[in-house]
Amino acid sequence: MSRSILDIGYLPLVDAAPLVVAQKMGFAEAEGLSLNLHKQPSWSALRDGVALGTLDAAQMLSPLPVAMSLGLGGLPTPMDALMVMSVNGNVIGVSNEIAAKMRTGGWQESFRDPLGTGNHLIRATGRRLRIGVPFPFSMHAELVFYWLGALGLKTPGELDVHTIPPPLMSDAIAADEIDAFCVGEPWGSIAVENGTGELILPANAIWAFAPEKVLGARRDWIDEHPGETRALMRAVVGAARWLGAEENRLMASEVLSEPGLIDVPDGVLDRALSGHLIMKSRALSLHTPRFLEFYSSAANFPWRSQAAWIASNIAARVGLDRTDAMRTAMGCFRSDLYRANLADLGIDMPGASAKMEGALSEPTAVASAKGSIILGPDAFFDGTVFDPSPQG
Amino acid sequence: MAEALKILVVEPDEPRARMIMDGLAEAGNVDVTVLGTATGLARRMAEIAPDVVLIAMSNPSRDTLEALSVASGFNDRPVAMFVDQTDDATTRAAIEAGVSAYVVDGLHKDRIKPVLDAAIARFNMFAKLRTELAAAKTALAERKTIERAKGLLMTAKGISEDQAYAILRKTAMDQGRKVSEVAEALVTASDLLR
Repeated sequence: MSRSILDIGYLPLVDAAPLVVAQKMGFAEAEGLSLNLHKQPSWSALRDGVALGTLDAAQMLSPLPVAMSLGLGGLPTPMDALMVMSVNGNVIGVSNEIAAKMRTGGWQESFRDPLGTGNHLIRATGRRLRIGVPFPFSMHAELVFYWLGALGLKTPGELDVHTIPPPLMSDAIAADEIDAFCVGEPWGSIAVENGTGELILPANAIWAFAPEKVLGARRDWIDEHPGETRALMRAVVGAARWLGAEENRLMASEVLSEPGLIDVPDGVLDRALSGHLIMKSRALSLHTPRFLEFYSSAANFPWRSQAAWIASNIAARVGLDRTDAMRTAMGCFRSDLYRANLADLGIDMPGASAKMEGALSEPTAVASAKGSIILGPDAFFDGTVFDPSPQG
Repeated sequence: MAEALKILVVEPDEPRARMIMDGLAEAGNVDVTVLGTATGLARRMAEIAPDVVLIAMSNPSRDTLEALSVASGFNDRPVAMFVDQTDDATTRAAIEAGVSAYVVDGLHKDRIKPVLDAAIARFNMFAKLRTELAAAKTALAERKTIERAKGLLMTAKGISEDQAYAILRKTAMDQGRKVSEVAEALVTASDLLR
């Protein structure tokens, strides 16, 4: 059997790991695929590559296929998320100056307290906060708007969100272009390493189970390539399962530290993989449970309710009809293909394809194809529960 | 005559920026500003209010520009990715050349096309120059390695330069490799034995 060669885009981030591992550890080969991984300079370049067909599929910010399917941004094209590749994994950091002001204001380095830390941040910046995120349609942007919006920063004058590519976040905070950032690893840790900033909050303190990166492809490509789609999903979920096993962690950081991929030392990459973050220069590491999930708690399942949450927030911000946007988005998260293509791999499938987002404050057993599956926690910091039904 | 088209080029590489500027000047009545870094891009965009922004696809700061093009209210001249305003062939040519363009909404196609064509031509020319430079460097390195390998053979076996080259060439043919690869292997091995 001849092997299919697929061109796959990714950005230099720790959560590109499922694609890298699928290629390097033989998961793609086992499915009859050969993956050509192409590092992309920006999310816009990655999106254009997929939209115009120079890339077959790619690592994508979870809101990207939603936004593209809603016709937002350049080259709007119907785009689907075949599966979630990672959950959580972002950090929020501030400049040294803001951190000092926060301490003066009485901040106690309470890293699991989004409410208190957020209020200290708002006070330290005098209600004019400039914050960097990697892309306008990103989980980073959604979490920042959600978190700071709930704390009262709502108008563009108060909350000034800048788009800055992840590898440049450390430079941007050093150049005083921004006061704070929300970014994926290793780039928050790089700011700590460079001494340009410090971390104040792991983003999973805002939403405990935020779908971060998805495996995205054009809908017409998926329709025309059912065999490749199935093989690719199986290879990537195999890699995700491998990454989810603690005993593979060190090998994962070794593989990811190969020159040309991320170009960051394995010791720094391992902070995200292990959840042991170093929040500031000359400090001990702090363990953050579930900092970055590749596999457990059905992390790879593309919940239609996750897509609905994203669409509901984007629609409110850009002025689209919320019900329509949610319906379109739910169609983008392909839980149907996930079930059809992966069920025989021994991956347990939840009974439903949508859930109340934010309802679980503890790991909870719910009905699944095999009996029960552990989900959660998936709570929002303010206790909100999101109902994906249009009336909700 | 129509007012000069205001073009902003975001390009940190000076030679390339100069080439693009020259190319655009030939494309007609244009007013070109070059920005070396994306620092303060939003502010400069508001000041200059360009009709067209050109940026290399490989520039990571494209995402910053992308955000400006989707943000409402940053100024009253929103820009959109060029694709809506041009034909597919031009889009493909631009992507292949590695240039992306953001164009103010409502600007007529006829005014953009010459600008884009000029930018595409210059990006292609620059890519070609760079490829040629890389090829020249490789050729030089290969020739030096072959010279060294020949020298090693001549000293070790007491043979002439022609004979040394014949050995390298025969080995390369027998093994289905390039002469430079055989030479490289010999040089590396001799370094280890030293």
